[in-house]
Amino acid sequence: MKTVNQVKISTALIYLSLIMASLIAIVPIIVVVFASFKTTAELNTTGVLELPKNIFNFENYRIAFVDGKMLLGFMNTLVILFLSLAATILTGTMTAYVLHRFKFKGKKLISDLFLIASLIPSITMQMSVFQIIVKLGLFNTLWSTVILYAGTDIISIYIFLQFMENIPFSLDEAAIMDGAGQIRIFATIILPLLKSAIVTVVILKGVVFYNEFYTPYLYMPKSELAVISTALFRFKGPYGTKWEVICAGVIITLLPALIVFLVMQKKIYSGLTSGAVKE
Amino acid sequence: MKSKKFRKSFVIVSFLAVPVVLLLLFTYIPFFDMVRYSFYKWNGTSPTMKFIGLKNYIQIFTRSEYLVVFKTSIYYFVGSIVQIVVALYFAVVLTAKIRGASFFKGVIFFPYLINGVAIGFIFMYFFRQAGTLDTILLTLGVPQSKIPLWLGNPRIINYSLASVSVWRYLGQNMVMFAGAIQSINGDLYEAASIDGANRWQQFKYITFPGIKLIISLNLILAVKGAISVFEIPKIMTDGANGSSTFVLKTLDTAFTIHKVGLASAMGVVLLVFIMIVTFIQKRFFEGDER
Repeated sequence: MKTVNQVKISTALIYLSLIMASLIAIVPIIVVVFASFKTTAELNTTGVLELPKNIFNFENYRIAFVDGKMLLGFMNTLVILFLSLAATILTGTMTAYVLHRFKFKGKKLISDLFLIASLIPSITMQMSVFQIIVKLGLFNTLWSTVILYAGTDIISIYIFLQFMENIPFSLDEAAIMDGAGQIRIFATIILPLLKSAIVTVVILKGVVFYNEFYTPYLYMPKSELAVISTALFRFKGPYGTKWEVICAGVIITLLPALIVFLVMQKKIYSGLTSGAVKE
Repeated sequence: MKSKKFRKSFVIVSFLAVPVVLLLLFTYIPFFDMVRYSFYKWNGTSPTMKFIGLKNYIQIFTRSEYLVVFKTSIYYFVGSIVQIVVALYFAVVLTAKIRGASFFKGVIFFPYLINGVAIGFIFMYFFRQAGTLDTILLTLGVPQSKIPLWLGNPRIINYSLASVSVWRYLGQNMVMFAGAIQSINGDLYEAASIDGANRWQQFKYITFPGIKLIISLNLILAVKGAISVFEIPKIMTDGANGSSTFVLKTLDTAFTIHKVGLASAMGVVLLVFIMIVTFIQKRFFEGDER
């Protein structure tokens, strides 16, 4: 049997390790917050860990937002997110619906095709994807990114299939009795009942799309088509030495993620887990 | 009856058309194109492609500049192993009854949600001279002369970058492990503690066997991830000072020096590596189940 002291020491050590890990997670971000409120002169003369003199100095944020085109980046990101999330939810739910509710020749082949595709990291094939995007005339348009995000993948399909299990066939049958077609059944019965799965996939994919860097970087080099990550990446040139502006840009990028996280923490955790277990 | 059957096929075809076309267009066609390009000398825009057989592959395997970048992956692989062990520790700790668990979990997890470009800048600021890390070390009493250039020294840069990767993904690993631990039947722990099992024994005989599958899955993903690292070095150093990786080199070959044929051959080599890892994974899991 452990003594009371031993238990106390091990609890203390556990808390110590948690505090250390939290500091390692937070400190690199906090110092960036500090820097984002400093003036150029202040940044050069004060230490990294020193608090800014004026925490209402939003000048760097203004520069990042307007001159750094982050406002534009947000607009483009929102448009892309809206279109591609709508598209990927439709392709995902339609695929899952057909795979779950119908028996047909080639069903196994189709689900295998999606499964095998998940094993191929798409980053390795960008030289040939690029050729296709160019041939479709989508290079340097918002549609290049939207169409690349629009497809579905095996993890989303699994998540939808899992929820589809719980929608009884009797609902479909009752609707057929009432003379509803399959498209109406899908739109008015299945989709609303998949709401929770749709939210999960929207969060998982939304995070990935929002954070995606290389796709917009490669396919939309035009500066009017900057999304949040490429707008921020372009700070490397003109603001290369202006760390206070870069830091403001970083915080601007990070805030939406923080808000989404604080609001939907539980849903994000469960989404990640449900996606992983099936693989 | 006939019309019902027709309507059924109509629904199947119309529902699957778009998802399957997108899948073929952006996964399977590029795959076969890449294999085809890999036998040609081609700059990606010229109308003429010159068939050169296996020369692109020979170049990859005989010129050291192409294979040496695989070595960078080792740093990231070691980083992922550390990450898995630490993530497992925190997952176990935070699924026990502990005050503030959800706060700590949130803090450790949050970096996973941050944009990769933002992470790149956060750590360029962290590692730069007189930056965050240097300041902390000086405060702790480390002499200036002992502090290296974290991103300027080719012998250190990959440690720095691999630790950024650990910082980014640790929380995600932890959440997955925590999810798996929570799905273990709680009665088992109760029975074990009645039988007098201590925490280590509970971990060894209940928790670990319960999440073995997800741990091995993450190990395999660590290998795949380490082979295909590219975002962090692309954003932070653009592959300078010996931080280039195979994927970064492949993309440079395709889009900077416009050797699409050679880049395609590199893509094929990478895919073959990944297929081998996947095959081992499948064998491993089949041997493990029932």
